[in-house]
Amino acid sequence: MTYLVPLPVVMPLLGAALTLLLLGRPHAQRWVSLTVLAATVAVSAALLVQSSLHGPLVVEVGGWVAPLGIVLVADQLAALMLVVSAAVTLCVLVYSIGQGMADGHEETPLSVYHPTYLVLTAGVCNAFLSGDLFNLYVGFEILLVASYVLLTLGSTENRIRAGTTYVVVSLLSSVIFLIAIGLVYASTGTLNLAQLVDRLDTLPDDLRLLLQGMLLLAFGIKAAVFPLSAWLPDSYPTAPAPVTAVFAGLLTKVGVYAIIRTETLLFPGGRTATLLLVTAVLTMVVGILGAVAQSDIKRLLSFTLISHIGYMLFGVGLTSSLGLSAAIFYVVHHITIQTTLFLAAGLVERRGGSTALDRLGGLARLSPVLAVLFFVPALNLAGIPPFSGFLGKLGLIQAGVDDGGVLAWILVAGGLVTSLLTLYAIARVWNLAFWRTPHVDMPAADDAEQAARTEGAVEPDRGGQSGAVLPKLMIAPTLALVVLGLALTVVAGPLFDLSTDAADDLLRRTPYVDAVFPGGAP
Amino acid sequence: MSANLTYVIVVGVLVAAGVTLLLERSLTRVLMGVILLGNGANLLLLTGGRAGGAPIVGTTDPEQMSDPLPQAMILTAIVITLGMTAFLLALAYRSWHLNGHDEVQDDVEDRRIMDLAIRDEGPGTADIEVGTGDGDDDGPAGGARPGVDVVEAGRAG
Repeated sequence: MTYLVPLPVVMPLLGAALTLLLLGRPHAQRWVSLTVLAATVAVSAALLVQSSLHGPLVVEVGGWVAPLGIVLVADQLAALMLVVSAAVTLCVLVYSIGQGMADGHEETPLSVYHPTYLVLTAGVCNAFLSGDLFNLYVGFEILLVASYVLLTLGSTENRIRAGTTYVVVSLLSSVIFLIAIGLVYASTGTLNLAQLVDRLDTLPDDLRLLLQGMLLLAFGIKAAVFPLSAWLPDSYPTAPAPVTAVFAGLLTKVGVYAIIRTETLLFPGGRTATLLLVTAVLTMVVGILGAVAQSDIKRLLSFTLISHIGYMLFGVGLTSSLGLSAAIFYVVHHITIQTTLFLAAGLVERRGGSTALDRLGGLARLSPVLAVLFFVPALNLAGIPPFSGFLGKLGLIQAGVDDGGVLAWILVAGGLVTSLLTLYAIARVWNLAFWRTPHVDMPAADDAEQAARTEGAVEPDRGGQSGAVLPKLMIAPTLALVVLGLALTVVAGPLFDLSTDAADDLLRRTPYVDAVFPGGAP
Repeated sequence: MSANLTYVIVVGVLVAAGVTLLLERSLTRVLMGVILLGNGANLLLLTGGRAGGAPIVGTTDPEQMSDPLPQAMILTAIVITLGMTAFLLALAYRSWHLNGHDEVQDDVEDRRIMDLAIRDEGPGTADIEVGTGDGDDDGPAGGARPGVDVVEAGRAG
């Protein structure tokens, strides 16, 4: 079954080439993108089943033997990430098609959207599957370059301004990563992750700490960990809604994935555990305080995104099996929920004409469907039982209590406060945008329907009530993601078993190394 | 293996100059900084491998060959830097086209929220009268022309 491993990278890349050839034929482009991403979901699911049954799947690219050539490794963690991100990208693609982004909307006219989106997917998949530090760098670059284009789509003034900050910060993190790679190669003579496991152990302690610090710094910028997170709320909210949604769901999580991978496989023993725990609590608390101060839904959600990265670092920093598996569970939960909320914010923007809280009001009455689509994932994010957000936080807090250290207790407290403040921030959005008496500037139901008609929304004519002004193709994928979020609650038991398996494999390290070098590392 | 001191010094100078330029406001200088930083990183990669003759079987004795892997990685990194340089140039040009300059601007919304805090009009009072002091054109981004709104707010601030 190893022939499946490269497909999540190869298929989107080929799809991107094909959609590029089909420029100017949006209909064909759509079908190619949809087919490719649906196939990616299927392949990822197959990889997850295979890797949990038979251990990690390894492919030596081009037939070059392991330490010489590049390897792609699909272990349980990578496969789990692949499944969730492929499902999310597929839903967001449908949403963006529904938004009419691909068919000549004024602000986002570019048919370059589909190829770029597929390249982004390929980059994300490559980063997850990579078994080699330099290939990980290449994966990051692929997804970053695609994200630069998506963020500045249409190159309006606002997006250029925000995109500049984003591009410069990302470039800096890439250079730091590249320097770290140079240092790792100079000190060990290899970049293959499995081979590095042994070679790094023989290095002097201070040198190892330097390498670990450089890699953490590079990944910390990408994952938006607190002192390195200021770029995120400035740049994300200006992009089109589906782009923000997919960025919020996936890009920071690729950084978190890289942190998990390097901290467990390359640098076990928790030498930076204290650093991780301190940054985790700062990320959580500072992030959510930022969210409380915002008066725009998209920016508020960007701050909650930063804040909840802290939970994942919390789990990684504990270095226990329970902590790590709860962190993996939380990553899966958060990818789904954060994307859903940004898609819902896009619907709010379409329905209410804005995402600024002081211009919205009464949406619950105007559009009950939208209210449900926002309310369920919002409670899930805040961690209200019985949703998956609650279960993930419960696992993390239990791991913190088991750890018993002073810092762990501080983190438990920080986690609870953050959860409460998330609920407060979300409740404020709910009160102002959904419950308040409709604002005078708000388009009433009839006006909005009229506006939707003139904008050429997909199906403005069907159904008489207010929800009908939102294109069905935008409602459906959001609903699908809400349901996926609820499904995470229903299958939380098996999913937690899976993440525990993945965490144990990560902590033991041998399954990964044995899969890459069946005859022992050279 | 001992590192070549000349390389190390050149890398240090390149990175230092790159970081200094990166801290500038003008995007063109930032671009120069990125290029210098990238070159510094590439040279560092090169320092990591063994120096020697061309790594081609038949022309050089295997013991005398240089390490080809860092060179391959540098080629990849150069291609990526090339693409990024082109993209940043396009950004700078577009920014100049729109604004008449290519300066990196501040986060406008962030400053607006700070102003609210200073005037003690927290977002919790948003439903009563946010933005009474600055009129409609200085309000939060949104509506039909978000880009124009934000830029005006930025200039006002």
